[in-house]
Amino acid sequence: MGTAAAGRATPPLLEVSRLSKSFPGVAALEDVTLHLGHGRVHALMGENGAGKSTLMKIVAGVCTPDSGELRLEGRSVRLDSPRQALESGIAMIHQELNLLPTMSVAENIWIRREPLNALKFVRHRELNRRTRALLERLAVDIDPEAEVRTLPLAARQMVEIARALSYDSRVLIMDEPTSALTEREAERLFAVIRASATRGVGIFYVTHRIEELSAIADDISVLRDGRHIGAGTPATLSREDIIRMMVGRELAPLPAAAPAQAGPVALSAHALSVAGEFEDVSFELHAGEILGVAGLVGSGRSRLAETLFGLVTPTAGEIRIAGCAVRLDSPAAAISRGVGFVTEDRKETGCFPSLSVLENLEISVLSRDFVRCGVVHWGAARQACERMASALKVKTRGLSERIENLSGGNQQKVLLGRWLLLKPKILILDEPTRGVDVGAKAEIHQLITRLVAEGAAVLMISSEMPEILAMSHRVMVMHEGRVTGILERQAATQVKIMDLAAR
Amino acid sequence: MRRLPPEAGFLLVLLALALAFELLGWIFVHQSFLANEQRLVVMILQVSVIGVIAVGVTQVIITGGIDLSSGSVVALAAMVAASLAQSSDAVRAVYPALVDLPVLVPVAAGLAVGAAAGLVNGTLIAGTGIPPFIATLGVMVSARGLAKWYTRGQPVSMLTDPYAAIGSGVAPVVIFLATALIFHLALRYTRYGKFTYAIGANAQAARIAGIHVGRHLIAVYTIAGLLSGLAGVLTSARAVSGQAGMGLMYELDAIAAAVIGGASLSGGVGRITGTVIGTLILGVVTSGFTFLRIDAYYQEIVKGAIIVAAVVADQYRRRRRLTAT
Repeated sequence: MGTAAAGRATPPLLEVSRLSKSFPGVAALEDVTLHLGHGRVHALMGENGAGKSTLMKIVAGVCTPDSGELRLEGRSVRLDSPRQALESGIAMIHQELNLLPTMSVAENIWIRREPLNALKFVRHRELNRRTRALLERLAVDIDPEAEVRTLPLAARQMVEIARALSYDSRVLIMDEPTSALTEREAERLFAVIRASATRGVGIFYVTHRIEELSAIADDISVLRDGRHIGAGTPATLSREDIIRMMVGRELAPLPAAAPAQAGPVALSAHALSVAGEFEDVSFELHAGEILGVAGLVGSGRSRLAETLFGLVTPTAGEIRIAGCAVRLDSPAAAISRGVGFVTEDRKETGCFPSLSVLENLEISVLSRDFVRCGVVHWGAARQACERMASALKVKTRGLSERIENLSGGNQQKVLLGRWLLLKPKILILDEPTRGVDVGAKAEIHQLITRLVAEGAAVLMISSEMPEILAMSHRVMVMHEGRVTGILERQAATQVKIMDLAAR
Repeated sequence: MRRLPPEAGFLLVLLALALAFELLGWIFVHQSFLANEQRLVVMILQVSVIGVIAVGVTQVIITGGIDLSSGSVVALAAMVAASLAQSSDAVRAVYPALVDLPVLVPVAAGLAVGAAAGLVNGTLIAGTGIPPFIATLGVMVSARGLAKWYTRGQPVSMLTDPYAAIGSGVAPVVIFLATALIFHLALRYTRYGKFTYAIGANAQAARIAGIHVGRHLIAVYTIAGLLSGLAGVLTSARAVSGQAGMGLMYELDAIAAAVIGGASLSGGVGRITGTVIGTLILGVVTSGFTFLRIDAYYQEIVKGAIIVAAVVADQYRRRRRLTAT
C-alpha cells in the first residue's frame, strides 16, 4: 500500500481538494479541503445542513461535485457512482442500513461475490467459513448464518462494516453510526473501528456527539454552512471550541432544570409488567416535574413508554392518571386522557413524510379541535399551527413544505408541536433530541423546561447522559426490564446512573 | 417560487393526446376529433362508470391499499338492483314484482350491496391484518360468484323506465362529476380526508397520533364499495338489464385512472382531480382509437403503455424532488 510517486513523501490516503457543490438555490459545499490519513479516524462535525452529508456523498460517489478534486493516494479519481467508489476502495455505511433483512449475514456480506461451484451453485460452507474469518478479524461474535433481521441494530452495523472491509476498502465512511446504539454497543463499535484503523483503513466519522470524539477520533474537522471552519485533534480542541465552531456563536450550557414545584401525581405505575419486556415497574410522576428514564437499550424503557401510551397492553399491574386507574387500549384513549408521546424513531413512527408541515402538525389536534361535523375549520387550524411553528422556531419555507425536506431537528420540533397543540398534561418523550443538531437541541430543551414550568408532567427517556443529568428532576434507572433505582436530582451522577444501568 | 400542482402536468398530457388525435383525424379520416359535441359526450359517458369507481379506489390507494373487488361488486350490485327494478309485466321476473317498485328501492339495494362488500373488505383488512391485495382478491372472486348464483347465471331484463333513466342521457356524467366533487372536498377539507392521507403516509405514526386506523380503513373501503355499488346501478340502468358478466376488469381501469392521475400505490399521495383527469385520459384514448378506426387490440396495448409511463414519470418526478433537497 502507498507506493507514492517517486521523490515525494507518501501522500495521504484521501485528499479532498477545493470541493464545491451547489443545489438549486443553496451552496451545499464551498471550497472544502481536507485530508484523511492511513489508519486515521477523521471525525466530521457540524449542525444539520452544514454540508457533512453532501461531502460524504461526494466521497462515496453518490453525488458529483461542481468543482474540486478527490485524490486517492495521490492519484486523482473521478467517482460517478457508489459502485465505482466501492471498486476504488471507498465504502459508505449509511445511517439507514442497506442490508437485506431476510437473508443471512454471510449472504449479505458476499452478495454478488458468492463462492460458486462448477454448476454455479453457491458453496454455502465456504461462504460461511469466509464470513467467520472476516468477523473474527474484527473480533465480532456474530453467527454467519443468522438472518439479518433477527440481529440487534448494533450487530447489523458491524455486518455493514464487515461487508465494507470485505471489499478491501481503504476508506470507510460512517454517518452517525452510534445514534441508535447504547453506550456499551457504541464501545464495541469503537473497538471494531479501531481494529479497522490499525489495519490501515482511514475512516470518515460523521457525528453529532461531541462526547464521542475523545474516545474515537484522531482528527476533527468542523463544517458550517458548507465551509470547512476548523480542524484539530481531540487534544487541541475543547468541547466549547467545537461547539463555537459548529454554531458560530457562544452557546449557553445546558439549562439546569428549574426546581420542581412538586405538584400532584399526574401519572403513576403500580407493579406494571409486560411479560418478556419489563416487570414490576412502579413510579410516580408529578405535575411540573421531569422524570428522566435512563438505561441501556433493551432495558425495557421504550416498551414502558409504549405501554403508558396504550400501544402495548400490560400483562399485570396498573396505570393511574390523576389518581384514577385507567385501561389504555389505544393511543387515542391515552390522548383523550391528556397523554402525548414523542417516539424515538422520527422516521418510522413520527413523520408523515409525504405530507406538509401543516398536516404533520395538525393531525392529532384534529381529533379534538378545529372540526365541526367532520369538516375542518382550516383557517383556525392553520393559524394555530402557524403560531406553534413560529413559537418552536421551525425553519421551513412555509407550512406547505413537505416535512421530509426539513432537517432532523426541525422535524423533531414539528413532532413536538403536534403534541403541544393538544396541551397535554403528561408528555412522554423517547430520545427527544436524537439526531438533532446542537442549536435545535438547546431549543427543544428550553421548550420542555417551559412546558414543565406551565405544570405539565414529563417522562423523558434518553441515552444521552448529559441530557438526563441536566434536564431531570429525578432519574429512574432501568436494567433488563426492572427499575434498579430512582435517584433524586442531587444524588444523580453519571457514575451512579451507569452503575445502576449496567450492574 | 410557487410550483404548479401536478394536475397541470396531467392536464397537459390530456390536451396533448386530444390534439394528437385531432391532428391524426385530419390526416387519416378527414374529420375533427374535438369539434364533435356528440363524440365528446359519448366519450365521457363511456368512462363515467369507471370514473365513479376510480373516485373510491383513489381513496383506498391513498391509504396505501388496493381494491381488486370493484368490478365484481359492480356485477353483484347490478344484478341485485336490476332484479328489484324489473317492471311488473316482466316475463321472467327474478322476484315476481306485483307492482313496479319505486326507483329508490333498487338504487338503495345496489348501494347497500356495494357498501356491504366494501365493509367485508375493510373488516377483513382491519380485523385480520391480511394485505388488502389478498382480502379484496378474495372478495373479487366471491362477489362474481354471488352475482352468477343470484339468478343462476340468467340475465335480468325488462327494467322500469324510471330506473333506465338513471343511465340514459348525461345522467351518468353528472353523477360521476358530483361524486368526484363531493370526495374531492371530503379529502381536502374534512377530518376524514386528513386521516386518510395520514394513514397512507405512515400507518404506525397515524396510530400514535391517535387515529383509529382500523376503524378508518373500514370506512374508506366501505365508501369504495358503495361507489362500486353506484357504478353497478349506473351500468345496469344504462344497459337496461343486469348481467353477471358486467364490470369485468373495471377494477383495473379504475386503478389505472387513479395511477395515471398521480395516486401513488405506496400511499399518502393522490387527488381526486388527478383521478378525474386520469379517467378522461383513458376516455380520450378509447374514443380516439375508435375514431381512427384502429383495432381494439392496439387500444389495449397503448393503454398498458400509458399506465406504465404514468408511473415511470411519477417516480422520475419524485426522485428529482428528493435529490433537489
